[in-house]
Amino acid sequence: MRPETEAELAEIVAGLDAPVRILGGGTRGVPGPQAEVNVAGLSGITLYEPGALTLVARAGTPVAEIEAALAAEGQRLAFEPMDHRGLMGTEGVPTIGGVVAGNISGPRRIQAGAARDFLLGVRYVDGLGQVISNGGRVMKNVTGYDLVKLMAGSWGTLGVLSEVSLKVLPKAETLATLTLAVPDAETAVQALSAGLGSPYEVTGAAYDPEAGRALLRIEGFAASVDYRATALTGLLAPFGMVTRLESDPWAAIRDVAPFHNRTGDVWRISVKPGDAPELAARCEAEALLFDWGGGLIWALMPEGVDLRARLGAFSGHATLIRGKRDQRSMFQPEPAPVAALSRGLRQRFDPKGLFNPGLMG
Amino acid sequence: MDMPAPNPTVLAKKPRLVQRLRQVLPEDAVIDDLSETRAYECDALTAYRCPPLLAVLPSSTQEVSDVLRICHEEGVPVVPRGSGTSLAGGALPTADSVILGVARMNEVLETDYDNRIIRVQSGRTNLSVTGAVEAEDFFYAPDPSSQLACAIAGNIAMNSGGAHCLKYGVTTNNLLGVTMVLMDGTVVEVGGAHLDPGGLDLLGVICGSEGQLGVVTEATLRILRKPEGARPVLMAFDSNEVAGACVSDIIKAGVLPVAIEFMDRLCIEACEAFAHAGYPQCEALLIVEVEGSDAEIDDQLSRILEIARRHNPLELRESQSAEESAKIWLGRKSAFGAMGQINDYMCLDGTIPVSSLPMVLRRIGELSREYGLDVGNVFHAGDGNMHPLILFDANKPGDLEKCEAFGAEILKLCVDAGGCLTGEHGVGIEKRDLMLHQYSAPDLEAQMAVKDVFDPQWLLNPAKVFPLSVSESRRAAQMAAE
Repeated sequence: MRPETEAELAEIVAGLDAPVRILGGGTRGVPGPQAEVNVAGLSGITLYEPGALTLVARAGTPVAEIEAALAAEGQRLAFEPMDHRGLMGTEGVPTIGGVVAGNISGPRRIQAGAARDFLLGVRYVDGLGQVISNGGRVMKNVTGYDLVKLMAGSWGTLGVLSEVSLKVLPKAETLATLTLAVPDAETAVQALSAGLGSPYEVTGAAYDPEAGRALLRIEGFAASVDYRATALTGLLAPFGMVTRLESDPWAAIRDVAPFHNRTGDVWRISVKPGDAPELAARCEAEALLFDWGGGLIWALMPEGVDLRARLGAFSGHATLIRGKRDQRSMFQPEPAPVAALSRGLRQRFDPKGLFNPGLMG
Repeated sequence: MDMPAPNPTVLAKKPRLVQRLRQVLPEDAVIDDLSETRAYECDALTAYRCPPLLAVLPSSTQEVSDVLRICHEEGVPVVPRGSGTSLAGGALPTADSVILGVARMNEVLETDYDNRIIRVQSGRTNLSVTGAVEAEDFFYAPDPSSQLACAIAGNIAMNSGGAHCLKYGVTTNNLLGVTMVLMDGTVVEVGGAHLDPGGLDLLGVICGSEGQLGVVTEATLRILRKPEGARPVLMAFDSNEVAGACVSDIIKAGVLPVAIEFMDRLCIEACEAFAHAGYPQCEALLIVEVEGSDAEIDDQLSRILEIARRHNPLELRESQSAEESAKIWLGRKSAFGAMGQINDYMCLDGTIPVSSLPMVLRRIGELSREYGLDVGNVFHAGDGNMHPLILFDANKPGDLEKCEAFGAEILKLCVDAGGCLTGEHGVGIEKRDLMLHQYSAPDLEAQMAVKDVFDPQWLLNPAKVFPLSVSESRRAAQMAAE
């Protein structure tokens, strides 16, 4: 089913009597029932005010269309959403609805915030086929409950997004990437923490163990970037020799390019950065990539391994991004009282259990 | 402003409730004497007052859990309270409610500079969170004007903002985790020192839920390294429209100041008389602040001043010293106090798209003449969060009602311009009955469904946020069950 308008979407949902998979471009590899509701037909930017840093678009609008419109005004989506196609081996057109539904954020999340932090408003169709609006198009809004945040990262289980409103930011004039060779994850996280704890506004902090290097990004006006690059080089000297990289590695880090075209399961682990080295060692992974100063670990694992069993109890969560979801759920099981709240919300938003059932517990 | 009539069954339970609560709390943590409960009869929205049935001051998550379990068993409504600085009546009690104050829970539990977090008990004041980390040159970013007094608990309840959130975001963008007690006494941990949830974003909906979903006892907050320096510049213009256009152009130019504050003539004059900040006499004043090293500040300010010059400013004044910077901010930060010197006032908090600024200001001026009440405008211009201050005389019969009606008109105007009723103060009781102007009945039903899940009996702060007519059946069910 492929509605072209929000009203059609609402009508379709109201008439559903069996579970459906919700998708836009279908690039993020989310499993679900055979029957589909595809919102790619709900497309187009409906409002863009560069002077107010605000953009409103229908859920099926291609991310590329939004990025092009923003680039024409020297602006961007600051949360740097990942493109899953290379990692998942999917084709299709990533949509803004998918970005929001998955709360998809890239390296700049560590400094600028996640997709959910830039989401100002949503319109969605609930499980009864009602159109619901929450939030709006202004940057500060505490009017009623923040269902906007709840919808971000709900992976379609609470409702089908029809329109999203986003805060955008000016694009930086230039960037610099500093790199240093480090012997292990422990040293890398220490170096990245030193950078992130400095006043120099690091907007990317990654560690690629296969290349044996830590990477830090700074952005802004050219003179300011030069100044901060020099200051950071001095600050990081105790951890190793710092050099300035000519190429831009951040899209590759964002999209987990080191894992592309390699077999195995892919897990995404969110932890306190300081816990990352020890937890990463517990994985016994085939490959690792660290982002967010160590707070985000990508792990390439042999197929079928239950990574959560290897990790044991830890503070954070592990999501199975790529791999067969048989006994292993995509999302980390929640403690009982939290799981009860999440279950209660799903039952209220989608009482007939239509949307991506079972995906989030 | 109506509040529901107290439930006589609950009122009659007072002696038993006091007895049960004293079994789990120290003697001095259960306050039942009317002379003392009066201290909790209102928050910073002082026009509305009602002493609670009791007040309790627990010292730990366990004690909060015990209190809530008992109130849940007895079917007694609970109104959580941080420092009582809400401008929206968020902590206003009813006569049949227990005030649960978190003021005794003000410890720092953990500071971790490598991971850039601090964990605190929720009664700790906003400014003292920064106070705990500033020796290491770190700070907690959200800075509501009441930051000296307001508690993190209240900041989370209202998703508080501040002058510097244009760059750093509001509470929800700086909150990583909470320990929260549900109404039945269950303790839940949501979030933590890691980023983003692995399931539904419960933290996102807890933040800003105005104490209606649970009582937050501990919070993990993001702390940031202080910038090397900061410097404000004053810009004077001869009309609100021109100042508004200048704000829009600065934002479009790709410079992102940490703050862009706006004051109109009435506020400028009041602040000048009160704080002697040395502000120029003009129709509209902007304070724009940027951060970084000296050279970075010079560079950003030169770009900003170049844009400002294109708008024929009456004066551009770059701060030349830390002393002058402090003076520039002193005027702005004392704006509410300065207006209070002129008369009683009601402070509004609507947000509008920045592009609608000139139209909205013009319309507020027209309404001011229609109602015969003066209004001063001071607000966070970068993000469109307005704070019109309506002056009235509380001793003059009918003036408060006139002021409320005028305020409601302004808030509706904000919504009609594409904005919202409240940008950072919360709905509380103040904007409760205007919610249907912004949201449809199904929109509100979706929000209330969240409360149904967290607090099925509607015992936590029940008469807030939603219009009484809309929440009536849920609250009535609770009373019938008693």
